[in-house]
Amino acid sequence: MNSKHAALSEKFIADEPRTNWHDETLWFVREKRDKATHGLPEWEQLREWASQIKNHTLSNLNAYLTEFEEKAKANGIKVHWAADAQEHNEIVHSIIKKNNIQKIVKSKSMLTEECHLNDYLQEKGLEVVDTDLGERIVQFRKEPPSHIVLPAIHLKKQDVSDTFHEHLNTEKGNNDPQYLTEAARQHLRSKFIEADLAITGVNFAIAETGGFVVCTNEGNADMGAHTAKVHIACMGFEKIIPKAEHLSVFLRILARSATGQAITTYSSHFHKPRPDQEMHLVIVDNGRSRQLGRADFKNSLKCIRCAACFNTCPVYRRSGGHSYHTTTAGPIGSILNPNLDMKTNADLPFASTLCGSCSNVCPVKIDIHEQLWKWRQEIVKEGYVSSDKKTAMKGMSYMFSNPALYRFVGIIGRWMMRNFPNLLKSKHNLWFKQREMPEAPKKSFRDWYIDHQK
Amino acid sequence: MSSRNKILNAIAAHQPDQVAMPVIHHEQVITFENPFLQFKTIVESIGGKVVLVPTIQFIQSEIQNNKSASKYIINTVSELGDVPDNLNKLTAAALEKLDTVYIRATLGVAENGAVWVSESQMKNRLLPFICEHLVLIINQKDIVATMHQAYNKIDISTEGFGAFIAGPSKTADIEQSLVIGAHGAKNATIYIIE
Ligand code: SF4
Repeated sequence: MNSKHAALSEKFIADEPRTNWHDETLWFVREKRDKATHGLPEWEQLREWASQIKNHTLSNLNAYLTEFEEKAKANGIKVHWAADAQEHNEIVHSIIKKNNIQKIVKSKSMLTEECHLNDYLQEKGLEVVDTDLGERIVQFRKEPPSHIVLPAIHLKKQDVSDTFHEHLNTEKGNNDPQYLTEAARQHLRSKFIEADLAITGVNFAIAETGGFVVCTNEGNADMGAHTAKVHIACMGFEKIIPKAEHLSVFLRILARSATGQAITTYSSHFHKPRPDQEMHLVIVDNGRSRQLGRADFKNSLKCIRCAACFNTCPVYRRSGGHSYHTTTAGPIGSILNPNLDMKTNADLPFASTLCGSCSNVCPVKIDIHEQLWKWRQEIVKEGYVSSDKKTAMKGMSYMFSNPALYRFVGIIGRWMMRNFPNLLKSKHNLWFKQREMPEAPKKSFRDWYIDHQK
Repeated sequence: MSSRNKILNAIAAHQPDQVAMPVIHHEQVITFENPFLQFKTIVESIGGKVVLVPTIQFIQSEIQNNKSASKYIINTVSELGDVPDNLNKLTAAALEKLDTVYIRATLGVAENGAVWVSESQMKNRLLPFICEHLVLIINQKDIVATMHQAYNKIDISTEGFGAFIAGPSKTADIEQSLVIGAHGAKNATIYIIE
């Protein structure tokens, strides 16, 4: 196995103050989430409903997608199906060519990132302008987003100021977020007004009505979609929900989980194109039907991409989104990505302490940390694990299945830690790398427990 | 085989066992003693303004003032005066300098400060987004407690477009500092008619 995540994290944490800042900023978002959810007595009930609606939907996916397609077509939306990223990109490109489009704006869509649409279109000589502020910042810097909700969370305002000075000619050294946001607003206004085509993502698609909902705080999806003569919305097929009334559950949990807001500023419901407009919807598989067939991992398709699991994750907060070397980082990304490419992403399920905080905050109750644990076993079985890890894990599993040996090793370990601490504090102990070894207690927990039972 | 059939077949082959659809019980969700007060508190906390007026005519003087200050104003509410009938023809280029728009909306949601606006109310899909200052008007009796009651009252599929709008547009993409006025309106005022 490559240990890409570990190597990239090492680079990230080299700047300690920045790492601490990153850690604290995301924890701050997690705390805002807590405040928003604790204010609702029915929070746990909402999670349960959301989880059940998603379970029900997955068990009737074929029927709901068929119903959705029929209703959407009746609404005047052109529906396309893409088996993989390549086909998705080709469909978008063919619409562009047919309409002779030059100017393209795109609001946030993790699916188009997953399919690397921008790169594909760039090769065809077409420029896509990302209009979400965070995405525009990273686009200028030729970086991928580091977080699915907060794309530029790895950057400080000084970085943004430098980037805007270079690309938008803002005052050098002016780091005021208000000033920088206003500069982006002016710049992107002109892009909206010129746009022939708007590409958006989809947060929820409603089978019963054949429409879809897009949520933003900035208003960029709307500025694009209501201006351009062609609108293409792209969605993974798991975005489907059965009924309009289910939107109440999902809109109540989405923003609260994501940023601690009670709702995003705009929750836009699209059902029909404007009279002078073409509206397309691309429904994408790209490995999702395969994941649906993996009993242990199918639940990951319930994800609504709120990123609560990122913000709470002790590993994500301290290693940054780019250390995951994939479009969707964080705990959920580490479940989705091995499905796309097990070998390349074999390191990701190991980028977790399995503390379970992700599963606790997940608004649709995905058993995230358990799935990470299960992926580790799959990956070991497939032989994608590095030899260091393999030896250590084999030894551990032998020891854990052998209680007498476990107790014996515990006694030796505690004795060694008390008497030869420096032996363990060496580079041969991979666990010691970037960690302090704890003080060893005299007794094991088991002995302590037996003593206290007396 | 087309991708459509390939995908649908793969899904059918892998679909998990049947799970029942849950029933959403509205009596299990939060209620507010004073929905208006809750609505006002939330809207103000997200950068918007709430003004209670006895009748809609109270808004007319504001429109007059704005007009005499020669600001670019669009009124979509017939109770407030003439509504131009070409509104849906106006393009982004024509609306770029729009200062204020007045729109009658359907309802407000106490738990989150959102207001539902349908396409027929906004007349042109761009208006609530491209303006600097968004003015929405609702009746006090149309403030509901939560999104559950809101979806009960509206039908999202009768018109081509509709949106819940909660306050002015915003972003926190630069170091998590909140900035009001990203791409949409920089100010939002909700007039509530008693
Ligand atoms: S796995 Fe759960 S917590 Fe993580 S992004 Fe998806 S819905 Fe949110």
